[in-house]
Amino acid sequence: MIKEYLTTSEVVGPLMLVEQVQGVKYEELVEIELPSGEIRRGKVLEVDQDRALIQLFEGSWGVDVPNSRVRFLGRGIEIGVSPDILGRAFDGQGRPVDGGPELIPDARLDINGSPINPCARDYPSEFIQTGFSCIDGLNTLVRGQKLPIFSGSGLPHPQMAAQIARQAKVLGKTESFAVVFAAMGITFEEADYFLSDFRRTGAIERAVLFLNLANDPAIERISTPRMALTVAEYLAFQLDMHVLVILTDMTNYCEALREISAARKEVPGRRGYPGYLYTDLATIYERAGRIKGKKGSITQIPVLSMPEDDKTHPIADLTGYITEGQIIMSRQMHKRGIYPPVDVMQSLSRLKDKGIGDGKTREDHSDGFNQLFAAYARGKEAHELAVILGEAALSELDGAYFRFSDEFEERYIQQGTEEDRTIVETLDLGWELLRTLPASEMKRVRERFLKKYFLQEAE
Amino acid sequence: MKQGVVEKVSGPLVVAQGLLDAKMYDVVLVSDHRLVGEVIELRGEKASIQVYEETGGLGPGEPVYSTGAPLSVELGPGLIESIYDGIQRPLDAIRAATGDLIHRGVSAPALNREKKWEFVPTAKIGTEVHGGDVLGTVQETDLVAQKIMVPPGVEGTLAALEQGSFTVEEPIGAVKTADGSELALLLMHRWPVRRSRPYVRKISPSMPLVTGQRVIDAFFPLGKGGTGCVPGPFGSGKTVIQHQLAKWADADIIVYVGCGERGNEMTDVLMEFPELVDPKSGKPLIRRTVLIANTSNMPVAAREASVYTGITIAEYFRDMGYSVAVMADSTSRWAEAMREMSGRLEEMPGEEGYPAYLGTRIAEFYERAGRVICAGSEGREGALSVVGAVSPPGGDLSDPVVQATLRVVKVFWSLEDKLAYKRHFPAINWLTSYSLYTRNLDSHLRETLGDEWIAMRDAAIALLQKEAELEEIARLVGVESLSAGDRLILETARSIREDFLHQNAFHEEDTYTSLDKQKALLSLIMHLDGRMKEALERKVDPLVLFAVKVRERIARAKFMPERDLGAVLAIKDEIDQEVDGLIASVTADILPTTAEKT
Repeated sequence: MIKEYLTTSEVVGPLMLVEQVQGVKYEELVEIELPSGEIRRGKVLEVDQDRALIQLFEGSWGVDVPNSRVRFLGRGIEIGVSPDILGRAFDGQGRPVDGGPELIPDARLDINGSPINPCARDYPSEFIQTGFSCIDGLNTLVRGQKLPIFSGSGLPHPQMAAQIARQAKVLGKTESFAVVFAAMGITFEEADYFLSDFRRTGAIERAVLFLNLANDPAIERISTPRMALTVAEYLAFQLDMHVLVILTDMTNYCEALREISAARKEVPGRRGYPGYLYTDLATIYERAGRIKGKKGSITQIPVLSMPEDDKTHPIADLTGYITEGQIIMSRQMHKRGIYPPVDVMQSLSRLKDKGIGDGKTREDHSDGFNQLFAAYARGKEAHELAVILGEAALSELDGAYFRFSDEFEERYIQQGTEEDRTIVETLDLGWELLRTLPASEMKRVRERFLKKYFLQEAE
Repeated sequence: MKQGVVEKVSGPLVVAQGLLDAKMYDVVLVSDHRLVGEVIELRGEKASIQVYEETGGLGPGEPVYSTGAPLSVELGPGLIESIYDGIQRPLDAIRAATGDLIHRGVSAPALNREKKWEFVPTAKIGTEVHGGDVLGTVQETDLVAQKIMVPPGVEGTLAALEQGSFTVEEPIGAVKTADGSELALLLMHRWPVRRSRPYVRKISPSMPLVTGQRVIDAFFPLGKGGTGCVPGPFGSGKTVIQHQLAKWADADIIVYVGCGERGNEMTDVLMEFPELVDPKSGKPLIRRTVLIANTSNMPVAAREASVYTGITIAEYFRDMGYSVAVMADSTSRWAEAMREMSGRLEEMPGEEGYPAYLGTRIAEFYERAGRVICAGSEGREGALSVVGAVSPPGGDLSDPVVQATLRVVKVFWSLEDKLAYKRHFPAINWLTSYSLYTRNLDSHLRETLGDEWIAMRDAAIALLQKEAELEEIARLVGVESLSAGDRLILETARSIREDFLHQNAFHEEDTYTSLDKQKALLSLIMHLDGRMKEALERKVDPLVLFAVKVRERIARAKFMPERDLGAVLAIKDEIDQEVDGLIASVTADILPTTAEKT
């Protein structure tokens, strides 16, 4: 029998304190029945003898001290899953919002998951073709990777994320594929953009959506990504699907976390974010990966907007320390009309080396991208030089690099919102651009690739 | 076993009442799941416990059992090739027991209890033995022979010692102690992780730890028994450097601690090391490696313990007289774990919320490194080198963890994101990094590589410094306005950066460069520099001179296999040929004109 407590003593922000409780466990799920009959949920943040500190998931408006009935449910927060979950949309708490019936679950899973044993992990090495040259060619995404998009307000990250979701494929294979989409505090319009894009392309049938919009309680956002990832794990490791998880926008998630931390009067770390922000984010991001002997995989693309485009802001900074690289968007390039406005110099995919080369993309990939990077960097330097000295004063070689970097941005990085380039097209385009430079500059290319791809001599 | 009762649960912190006999840092088992925890504060009858596993589902009233012993590791045959979590639970055994995910309350012995090891005794029965004296050996892998030693603190007469196959728990012999009792000797013993193992005395490092990484070995070397740190923002290549050191450093044993980092990185090590071959022995590198993996999503308190677990295992191998290297990636995560526990204990914070004892803990950790005369009558010499990665927020070096680390370590490899964006790897800034071992190591380097190496290296560093100054000027007035001599400095410095310092960790030849090849590569660049200086004096047109074809040959020399060292050195002749040709053509041009004048 579940006991009901009427012993609430404090309600502060999203927290409430209940006294004289018995047998309460840490992290236990709590139901609060308001005098109006409405039911709210929360979890136990701390138990100290007979006092339990509860974090509410849905805000505290309407909660009162004498009449709220508190029930401890004896289990953690769970979500019901079944194969029918594909094609459904839920709110941030896992309740259906698509007008469909309640899901009849095959299993109820704890949304906190358990860490994958590092011994059981399989190293991500399967190349995913996204159709973007700036990703496939330079910052290659592989299955099981977590590769965030660092964006800013007003930059086209929704378009890019949706296009990746639409175009992502593994070469030469037809396998069951699913998208799990978690929206945290984004606007209706942005969510609608994703929804209509998924509908238009038919992707909605193999997608699961969790929507916590900007006007939903901020506190709900804490569990939204965990719900999404629990479903992703179910699809990947029990139903053998390859799952792409898009989490947008992580900045809103972190702000909700800060709100709770502040309400608990914890000693803050940088910029008021709690000291455990790194650990907390890791419990989300580390739920990407592959497991030995399992067919499925989880690839994560978290999206976050950097306040003031500052990548040293704690959210972007800590994310970068956990994820396997980052795709950074540049406002400057966006203003110049380049889509996707990806700053390839600052972007990075840490797992690319294992996902490229002979048998995966093409043998020349590694040398080619090293050379492209070096040339683009040199071209950027030439641009800086030209600002001071004028373009005419550049040496012949610097001039060639100057033109190369422009071409590179306009032809290689730039592409259409519907343009789906194959990896071969991307690699060939790279060589085509490099050919505007002298062969002696190809210092990072091995001799045989130089002959085959740069000079295009027959073998 | 004394029993207490849980009173409060707040994340990884549990407060228990009634643990009367608990001592600081004793291990306790919390609830009937028997979750491992450690006492970190005592107030009257209340003990604060940091629990090394998830505490969800715990509540007041549950029992707490005291073990009466501090957090310890098991030391003995079976360590090599193992992968442990932060409190030395073998992850492979846990996987076999509970599947792909780590559930809590799992326990498995750190050392395999079933496996029999072939023990070959070397000590004589009847002799006096002390802690650290070698009893015999166990060939653990084809790369590592473990010396089985008398555990620290034990002394007496060796009463029995047998040859044969033993498990780690079977007695291999006995010591008769002063009070007349007999103490069984096993292949394994335990040691508390927070106490450093005893040694006779420390000595200064004098041998370089050769890593095969050119910027490190040539410019900022680490001594065997030294300490170094690699701070840098994300994406600057800390982990790649740590992996490269773990792969190629000429230590006998590597202990790699993945402290609060990515799961996939540990998988990478696990999958890659068995395939990589040690350049000296030709054996797989994993056969000298111990891995500690406490990834960022694993319990935070165990992360705090992981660096101690790692360094204690390393000290054990050091005591055998080996050169051991510990890679800790990343010490910032360790510091953050300390901060989290400190916050939960409601301690008064120091800088950035870190506890006030952060600096002391960091210093204590790094001071466990060193070149020592090991315990035992033999006077063996062992060395323990430590390299810690630091991940300062936003790459800001004023971060308390970086500053506390820099106060104790002797080598600073400063990683810079600007270099990383240009894909200059390893992104170690050659102007701000330093090594305080250079002087100590030079006498050894003089013997092996000759005086000319020291001179060449110093000249190269000076050139890079000069380049930085000249670049400022060039930015203002343009490269063209510089004198030919200054432009040569820029050319040579660029060549040092691109053809020597830049090193591709993923290239089959470039990933490791022996000291001899490093010397050969640098000598090519410096030789060309010398010849060009000469050519400029003979009035060769700088633009023609700087465009010599042999440049490309030098650029590719680093990709030539180690065994073709002769071919690398032969490029010097090509340099001479081409530069001589240019000088000759100028002299030929000038001679007729001078002849006309006369």
